[in-house]
Amino acid sequence: MSESSLRVVWVYPDLLSTYGDRGNALVVERRARQRRLNVTRIDVRSDQAIPTSGDIYLIGGGEDRPQRLAAERLRADSGLVRAAENGAIIFGVCAGFQIMGHEFVNDLGEREPGLGLLDVWTTRGEGARCVGDVLADIDPQLGLPQLTGFENHQGVTHLGQGVKPFATVQVGNGNGTGDGTEGAWRDTVFGTYMHGPVLARNPAVADLLIRLALDVNALPPADTTWYDALRAERIDATTRPQ
Amino acid sequence: MAGTESEPTGARDASLPARAKIAVTAGRVAAAVSRKAGRGSGSVIGGKVALKLDPDLLATLADHLDVVLVSATNGKTTTTRLIAEALRAAGPVVSNALGANMPAGITSALAGGTDARFGVIEVDEKYLAMVARDTRPKAIALLNLSRDQLDRAAETRMMAEKWREGLQNTEAVVIANADDPLVTWAASSCKKVVWVAAGQAWKEDAWSCPACGGVMQRPGDDWFCQDCGFRRPNPHWALQGTHVIDPQRGAWPIQLQLPGRANLANATSSAAVAAVFGVSPQVALERMRSVAAVAGRYDVVQYQGRDIRLLLAKNPAGWLETFSLIDGPPAPVILSVNALDADGTDTSWLWDVDYERLAGHPVFVMGQRKLDLAVRLEVAGLQFHVVDTLEQAVRMAPPGRIEAIANYTAFQQLRKVVAG
Ligand SMILES: [Zn+2]
Repeated sequence: MSESSLRVVWVYPDLLSTYGDRGNALVVERRARQRRLNVTRIDVRSDQAIPTSGDIYLIGGGEDRPQRLAAERLRADSGLVRAAENGAIIFGVCAGFQIMGHEFVNDLGEREPGLGLLDVWTTRGEGARCVGDVLADIDPQLGLPQLTGFENHQGVTHLGQGVKPFATVQVGNGNGTGDGTEGAWRDTVFGTYMHGPVLARNPAVADLLIRLALDVNALPPADTTWYDALRAERIDATTRPQ
Repeated sequence: MAGTESEPTGARDASLPARAKIAVTAGRVAAAVSRKAGRGSGSVIGGKVALKLDPDLLATLADHLDVVLVSATNGKTTTTRLIAEALRAAGPVVSNALGANMPAGITSALAGGTDARFGVIEVDEKYLAMVARDTRPKAIALLNLSRDQLDRAAETRMMAEKWREGLQNTEAVVIANADDPLVTWAASSCKKVVWVAAGQAWKEDAWSCPACGGVMQRPGDDWFCQDCGFRRPNPHWALQGTHVIDPQRGAWPIQLQLPGRANLANATSSAAVAAVFGVSPQVALERMRSVAAVAGRYDVVQYQGRDIRLLLAKNPAGWLETFSLIDGPPAPVILSVNALDADGTDTSWLWDVDYERLAGHPVFVMGQRKLDLAVRLEVAGLQFHVVDTLEQAVRMAPPGRIEAIANYTAFQQLRKVVAG
């Protein structure tokens, strides 16, 4: 990769962009441009081939049937798996997170194979849907501020030995396993239940993806005034006693 | 009961069965008590009380009427109003004009329609099949379906599926938007369908074939699925520019006071509905001209010596249509967004709205979730001011009519503020 350019691939916006997932692509793009990086965004529809030459791949959330269709097409395509093998950065949200695991439960109630990019598997929760604001501490190894987001899912995602939890919840459900884990990660592959535009509330995570793609330890500073104000407000709203 | 356009006189009550009569009376009492207590119009509580006493009341009330149902994600209140105006050419109309669109509110509205011939009823998407079963409508208008309040509403395609199953045995003439694949899917199992090419600017909920899941091809205004052959039906009626094209290829100019492409589409669907009852497009469109504002939407109000146009936009498709009708730059724009229960508590939809289109406008953001908006606009690369009150925004706004766009509860709050 040339030092000043970044290829951001948004996977299947026709199927997996139900909850404002475009926000993650826009935030990564914006944060990179503020560092004077040359950004090419590639939106790949589900009847198109996934390029293997991307630097950052974003996979969003979707409803149950589109999620199954996306998994079928991604398994048939194999571009994303090859990109991961090449060390690409992959960030999946909600349904996209589930697809990155070994399997999940599809809209027909059947076990649907995922891509196996993360050592996780998802079953369907018996209890109420997890809906609401979440606050979590990101794995200290990543050196990031707290994760704030919104969750809306029924899945329960179990973590295997090959991944670490992305975060530990303070408020909210996260993976739904009851053990406080939220999301999963290994190397350059990340999954989270914080749906939709999670990077808009967590620009430091967007910056992490860019740093990993550029293989640098730090980026030039970029203004975070409004992000900080939003974060403070949401964290306050999430922790305030009802 | 309140919430209707005509005053209850009791003339038709005499013809109701005893149980229905008691229920209607009890509903009126409950509504009056609720009104006295300062809890709004009382139409919903009145309807609830009446339905409890007589669960068949909605069917009984509808029995006397030629019923038209109107449902959609966006534009149902306005279209209900346009159809009501058009049908008044053929006879008295009762309608839930205030937008109480679930069974209790609908029951309440119909109970007030003493000697009406037509019942023109806006129905919440989730209740359409049920209300269609109870009221046995002559016509059903289906305008559009798109994502809305995803933290609690059913999935958009599931809604289309629900309509499809619930309406497949209806005797009604279904007037459906052929440009919306989800609406087409919902209507295509009905016996009598009148297809209207009413347009649908928002496309993000129908890239996947509702029939088979294939990828939808959408060249120009057309759409089709390569995998199963599901495709856009040939429309009987069409919106072409600012004209309604009728099935005989006659072109009728639309001259609305209401702004925007979406309302031209609403008028086209309304003309198609009116024709089912023998009202010509010419007469129908002439009557629609009288509608200036609908429940405060599109209203131009004076506040602090300035003109402000109040616009409601509740979801990405609605915002898209609204951006296409506002005055161009440098018209000042105020955006207000809340995330209370009635709005949906998830603000992620803000990222599906192309705020980039506001470039060049002086922009002011307010409302409970103004910081979500601020980040959205920052990422869009826009200049904007974050304010706490409408007064503050108006004071800072450069000259010219101000466009104020707000989601549901934020809109109600703006109306309250400008009313003093
Ligand atoms: Zn198909």
